[in-house]
Amino acid sequence: MSDERPPHDLRDTMLAEASLAHGLTRTWRTPAGLLGALSTVDHKIIGRRYIATAFVFLALGGILGLLMRWQLARPEARVIGPDLYNQIFTVHGTNMMFLFAVPVMEAFAVYLVPLMVGTRNIAFPRLNAFSYWVYLAGGILLWVAFILDTGPDVGWFAYVPLSGPQYAAGKRADIWAQMITFTEISALAVAVEIVVTVLKQRAPGMSLNRVPLFVWSMLVTSFVIILAMPAVMVASTALILDRLVGTHFFNPAEGGDVLLWQHLFWFFGHPEVYIIFIPAVGMISSMLPTFCRRPIFGYLPLVLAVVGTGILAFGLWVHHMFTTGLPRMGESFFTASSMAIAVPNGIQIFCWLATIWYGRPVLKTPMLMILAFFFTFIPGGLTGVMVASVPLDTQVHDTYFVVAHFHYVLVGGAVFPLIGAVYYWYPKFVGRMMSERIGRWVAGLLLVGFNLTFFPMHILGLQGMTRRIYAYPEEMGWGGMNLFVSLSAVVLAAGFLLFFIDVFRAARHGPEAGENPWGAATLEWATASPPPPYNFARIPVVRSANPLWDSPDSLPVATGLRVDRRELLVTSVTEARPEAREASPSDSIWPLIAAICTCSMLLASIFTPWAVVWGMIPVAAALTAWFWPKGSPEEEA
Amino acid sequence: MPRPWLLAIGLLCTGCSSNWQSALEPQGDVARHLDGLFWLFTITAVVIWLAVMLVLLLGLWRRARLPQAVADRRAGIAVGAAVAATVVIISGLTLASYLATRPLASDAPDALVIRLRGFQWWWEATYQDEAPDRGFLTANEIHIPVGRPVRIELAAADVIHSFWVPNLAGKQDMIPGRDNAITFTAQQPGIWRGQCAEFCGLQHAHMALLVVAEPPEAFDRWREAQIAEARPPADEVEAEGQRLLEAKACSACHTVRGTTAAGTLGPDLTHLGSRQYLAAGMLPMTRGAMAAWIADPQGVKPGNNMPMVPLTADELQALSAYLVSLK
Repeated sequence: MSDERPPHDLRDTMLAEASLAHGLTRTWRTPAGLLGALSTVDHKIIGRRYIATAFVFLALGGILGLLMRWQLARPEARVIGPDLYNQIFTVHGTNMMFLFAVPVMEAFAVYLVPLMVGTRNIAFPRLNAFSYWVYLAGGILLWVAFILDTGPDVGWFAYVPLSGPQYAAGKRADIWAQMITFTEISALAVAVEIVVTVLKQRAPGMSLNRVPLFVWSMLVTSFVIILAMPAVMVASTALILDRLVGTHFFNPAEGGDVLLWQHLFWFFGHPEVYIIFIPAVGMISSMLPTFCRRPIFGYLPLVLAVVGTGILAFGLWVHHMFTTGLPRMGESFFTASSMAIAVPNGIQIFCWLATIWYGRPVLKTPMLMILAFFFTFIPGGLTGVMVASVPLDTQVHDTYFVVAHFHYVLVGGAVFPLIGAVYYWYPKFVGRMMSERIGRWVAGLLLVGFNLTFFPMHILGLQGMTRRIYAYPEEMGWGGMNLFVSLSAVVLAAGFLLFFIDVFRAARHGPEAGENPWGAATLEWATASPPPPYNFARIPVVRSANPLWDSPDSLPVATGLRVDRRELLVTSVTEARPEAREASPSDSIWPLIAAICTCSMLLASIFTPWAVVWGMIPVAAALTAWFWPKGSPEEEA
Repeated sequence: MPRPWLLAIGLLCTGCSSNWQSALEPQGDVARHLDGLFWLFTITAVVIWLAVMLVLLLGLWRRARLPQAVADRRAGIAVGAAVAATVVIISGLTLASYLATRPLASDAPDALVIRLRGFQWWWEATYQDEAPDRGFLTANEIHIPVGRPVRIELAAADVIHSFWVPNLAGKQDMIPGRDNAITFTAQQPGIWRGQCAEFCGLQHAHMALLVVAEPPEAFDRWREAQIAEARPPADEVEAEGQRLLEAKACSACHTVRGTTAAGTLGPDLTHLGSRQYLAAGMLPMTRGAMAAWIADPQGVKPGNNMPMVPLTADELQALSAYLVSLK
């Protein structure tokens, strides 16, 4: 910290509450108007946008799911032809994985992590704005392509050679591969921001053993993203090169290898599952104490389990390839590692059960969604143990059994906690409560609708129904159960519809929430709902893992930050001792312009490799403007 | 050649049709192994799920008020025990899985070898023999002898496909540039259906394979019949059909041994009429279905590689009659 104070240096210690809030608002607020909205770097505004966009993609992907169920309700139905059906299931999977599940988890982190660790903005806030625009462009690319009947039709896994130059003519596979690039850029950017925010911007006193469990989850998830995503970027770039400039990475006739694609894709693809699941377990660990009215049992084992899951996630990818004829010895290793991941997951389940057992549970909607999680995720985890076994996998691989399995894991394991998290944190985002009465209906419809839809798929898979088929002959005898599944899907859709209705209704008509409507223990509840642009008038000081429970009347605070410019506190990695005051970037339109330039370059490169050459120029110009030093002394401080 | 037992099995299969492509009705040694393993895992899973649900319900229902220190100590013991139990169960299941893998890898020296190649969207089967003139090609329907190990060598002609006949064995992929194989033994006679299990493009849904397991004598008779050249036309109409096959575009892609049709892009049609289905499991082998298929292949199976060849009604009649007669 500098000892010399310029004459205009205004510190928070000099001001009374009211004028402090006024001064901070003037410094941190996002200006009104379109330009203000496009230039903002406020993590709360960007986080809210991210969440809303991701839920739009959930709804769109859900509609595709219903279309598939319409076609499959009867044998040899002719509602949707094979070409459109292949696009639909490809876009459904791609959309749900890359445009909904991963972004929505990161979006929650963008909003909540800075609040939970008690800082004023996320690290690298302009990068954060950039990442949102790139993500949005990726989503628009996929959906516009789909509407124009050039949606990818090679599966969300895009196996070569089917997605290669010889068998996938046109631009469909290129759009898939380039959309991957868009969403990977945004995911990597957010991951870096979160790692830095968590490690360097925690409130004083929030040593690593006092970090909220959701924040721990996001830290681990971010490291998994940073380590896993490059594999798929290498793969999709190699695919684009094969298609665009005739390299032969995946062409066996020219010394390439078809299985190389699968290794690269699943080296990313399996950790991807945990990139979605680990944030969800963090949400549970953060919500459960509030509704059990006691601190979480087993903080340390829970943190270790999450870290262990993140590490083991990288040792499982081959279980997606058990039928490709790899050597038995290698397959056996991956059976053992795939089963071993049941242990850290078991630890978490048991710790949560202990928290419920020794707590005084209250059945509010978030808690109901956690119970729905228990009911649904555990069967998904157990069928996961089944598909981890090489011999069993040879029967169920690529059948509806696997479709059932991963929907149990992803919807039961991640979407159910996520819906609970929306009910839980909505008051913080919007300042109003969602309806408990509607929430019960939502929980009930989702739980019943989901299980009736997806449980029969286990049996269909064992009866021989393979995945990704647009039709099946009547004599297979799958018709009755498929009709039942399709009708149940309507119940599930009704649950989601009711949820969306409640979200819109509560924004206007929900009762006002106040700072801490649930009586929760973590820092995001120590400020107004919704929080002011500067998050906290004074930076809280943390002395335990449950600060709001352990100092219920008022939190100690750290002072000395400037009011007349954006400034936040940098603390040490393990102990969170204050180290420095750090300037936080102001609003800027350049992240948007840089995103437009980057996306145009990537999009044009689908058509000609020269786009990369010429497209670099505007990208470089935009980045230069973005990072141009302003010359003011505080910028260089 | 009438084969009453085969007909009877065919009728039986249509009666309980949902079982002719099912992992739950194992009819081969490998599938039986897997079935046992499946139930071991399933029962374990159900017991674990019920136990967790019971604890959850009791936890919600009970209203204990213990001091937190006492509660934490007891919870620590319970969670520790549950984790230990998880480790034991997981190790047990892993071991069971290894033990079940071993017989799958065993090699049978006396096995019947069939080479199967996946195409978009049909199967080409090659039966080899030490005497070169006793090898033959067929498509979309293979016959195997009951009680003798069969080794299927798997290859792909274009994209990745996957061989899966669940009543007999688990699946194995057919990958361009790689050679895979799977060995199993059918334990009783019957007709089993398989289906491509790896997404392979537009008509992935309609890429079925029929496996007919029959007693060794019946299998040998079938084999001799397949080795023979195509049966000559029996009447005027069939003769006209053969002439059309040779003259029109058909012969560019298809082979009928004993005629001048010698194309190799599409399935071998030498004994087409002896197969039960047409177009990789899409249509029954009848004259009507044959005429419908030839008249509009893209309407029946959109996207497949067979073009529509313009024919008059009489020509269509003759050609279908001839093809169905190729027993």
